[in-house]
Amino acid sequence: MLANQIGYYSLILGLLLSFLLCAVSIKDLNSSGKRINQNVLYLSFLQLIFVIVSFLSLILSFVNSDFSNETVFNNSHTSKPLFYKISGTWGNHEGSLLLWLLVLTLFIFLFLVKSRKQPKKYRILTLLFQQIIIIGFFLFVLITSNPFNYLFPVPVEGLGLNPILQDPALAIHPPILYLGYVGTSIIFSASLAAVTQNYVSKEWGQHIKKWVLVSWVFLTIGIMLGSIWAYYELGWGGFWFWDPVENVSLMPWLTLTALLHCIIVLESRASLTSWVVILSITTFTLSMCGTFLVRSGILNSVHTFANDPARGIFILIFLFVLIFLSLGVFFLFHKENNKKSNNFFWLSRETSILINNWFMMYFLSVVLIGTIYPIFLDVMSSEKISVGPPFYQKLIVPFLIPFLIFMSLGPRLKWIKSKIENKNSLIFTFLISVTLTFFIIKNLTTDLLFYTVLVSAAFFLFFITLRELFIKKLNNISQTVAHFGFSLLILSILFNNILSSEIITNIKIGEKYSYSKGEIFFKKIEEQKESNFNSIIGYFEIKNINGKIVKLKPEIRIYNQPMVVTSEADIKTTLLEDKFLVMNLVKGNEYFNIRYQTKPFMIWIWISVLLLSLGGLISLFKNKYEK
Amino acid sequence: MYGKKVKLRFLFLALILASVILTVFLILQSLRDNVVYFKSPSEIKSLIELDKKKIRVGGMVKEQSVSINSNEVSFIITDFKNEINVIYSGAVPNLFAEGKGVVVEGFLKDKNYFSATKILAKHDENYMPPEVKEAIGDK
Repeated sequence: MLANQIGYYSLILGLLLSFLLCAVSIKDLNSSGKRINQNVLYLSFLQLIFVIVSFLSLILSFVNSDFSNETVFNNSHTSKPLFYKISGTWGNHEGSLLLWLLVLTLFIFLFLVKSRKQPKKYRILTLLFQQIIIIGFFLFVLITSNPFNYLFPVPVEGLGLNPILQDPALAIHPPILYLGYVGTSIIFSASLAAVTQNYVSKEWGQHIKKWVLVSWVFLTIGIMLGSIWAYYELGWGGFWFWDPVENVSLMPWLTLTALLHCIIVLESRASLTSWVVILSITTFTLSMCGTFLVRSGILNSVHTFANDPARGIFILIFLFVLIFLSLGVFFLFHKENNKKSNNFFWLSRETSILINNWFMMYFLSVVLIGTIYPIFLDVMSSEKISVGPPFYQKLIVPFLIPFLIFMSLGPRLKWIKSKIENKNSLIFTFLISVTLTFFIIKNLTTDLLFYTVLVSAAFFLFFITLRELFIKKLNNISQTVAHFGFSLLILSILFNNILSSEIITNIKIGEKYSYSKGEIFFKKIEEQKESNFNSIIGYFEIKNINGKIVKLKPEIRIYNQPMVVTSEADIKTTLLEDKFLVMNLVKGNEYFNIRYQTKPFMIWIWISVLLLSLGGLISLFKNKYEK
Repeated sequence: MYGKKVKLRFLFLALILASVILTVFLILQSLRDNVVYFKSPSEIKSLIELDKKKIRVGGMVKEQSVSINSNEVSFIITDFKNEINVIYSGAVPNLFAEGKGVVVEGFLKDKNYFSATKILAKHDENYMPPEVKEAIGDK
């Protein structure tokens, strides 16, 4: 009860502080002092503290199961384990927006602390732009989605958290993803501030690169966690479904990756200034669009939970304000730097990074159109359509071939003007990749030519980066690790796709099901009682051709609050292969519906994404070390 | 006649324009082939021509209509005006039950029979896809 009020009033104080901060910093902007007014820093810290207090009090309400709070009532239950009571705080709309605010204020405070060497006006303007976003979100939370709504009479018991969200990967997925998602706000504010100050330069590139890296690493890991969750919790046996909500997180990732590469050009060659600014604006706009699409309920997606149109309209208006603001700033203030040298040669690292950007923009348009088009068509002609995985696969997979080859060659080029060195070893590596691929693929698939070319390209990148990891001096290790991770990712996904097998059948207890490669035996079921669910555990024995038996125990959980049935897949993971079994209950029948899958190299998909983000981390800390 | 810089700019713009046109063309082309339309049982009844393409059908699973054997599940989808028989072999999501909303993906055999390749899973017991809500009307 008390926590509720503390939380609510902290939010209001935080909003008031925003206005105060704007006033103080505008005054400071015109003052002659060389350093930023210390009060600005204190106020920003105070604002962060208020948001933290508000967030903590919401957590406290969740931990205490204080059902006088509407958010807690809607999303929690006394029988829930403590861990999920806490993670329930951001597992719902109101709480997740509070988390948005927390990250927004956290990042601007860190920015102020970390940017002491930067020009004063630039820092203050960044703060002002960020405060515009923060004010927008404060209003959004307070007007349309207050997490501290009071309920009277106080209900005895809450409605419970959707059981499908009661999962360790999904408990940490939102905070990590948000650090990446909302982290792009600081890049947005900083680039607008830099534009007004005509400060988009080498120095600015070096300074903003750190922030791009931080967002990028968190976003990468956040997307991976969501993907891992979908893999074992949804029981479809895949890790990426081209679902609108997944796409919405992929889009800022694509522009952020493009931005990351452009910043490298900016910090060493001081060119591509307008493009960097446009990418920064686009990235944050896409993050906001993502929030709008997910929270408004416009998207028809497996991830859609209950929602409210008023919220969508608010975000939409806010989004348009931000887009017009940023475009206005860009066109009014941006001046192309004319003093830079305009040496341009086709064979150079700049060109290769431009090619990278070209591909990223292409992938982005595919994903964007695939996501938006159904909404567009619904509004225009009220026809309901959906765009499935084949659309994305057809448009993206073939383009991976040139993408991978450019990725292998590009980083070997030098700035300004270059020629390809070590031609012989490159050709040698290429031949090895092609031969190796041919012999591996030969017996596996019908579409021999296409897959040979595709997998060869991936192996080519794999061997080249591997060789650099061992032979070359470690001057560009971050990039090599990240690119190596990417080649490994593509290889694992491809082989996973080609080699996966699946058996779906309906089976009774005690029955055996034989198929070409083995036999599935449904031995028995056992029932168990837990505090917030009852579970039915199936005992399965799977015999392959060699007579080797693997035991799997998938589970069906019947949660009591809310009454929901979920399937927990049982997965046996080895370095080579995941064996995945999930069973479903068909109501009122003695048959169980089971799905047994073997998924080769599953674990390598996660490992390679970790390597990818490790590359980002190395780059981040290397930068720090050098300064 | 023009400086090197102007030429370069021009080349760049041409390249960008060309790739944008190519991208749009590619995307529109494959959108046409890969889009899956959603229909309610009543809309299927009023079809003049049977579509060979993959479609989605949504509505309520009719009470007492689910039957199951070792190979397949069959049931009836209704929007309380018209209904359609569905035959399905594949994984059945947990939230699939009689009297609940459902969306299936597959091919029409004729106006009364639908052969499903996928039953779409949903997260939430109370959540109903907007299409289904619309298909069923106010009931």
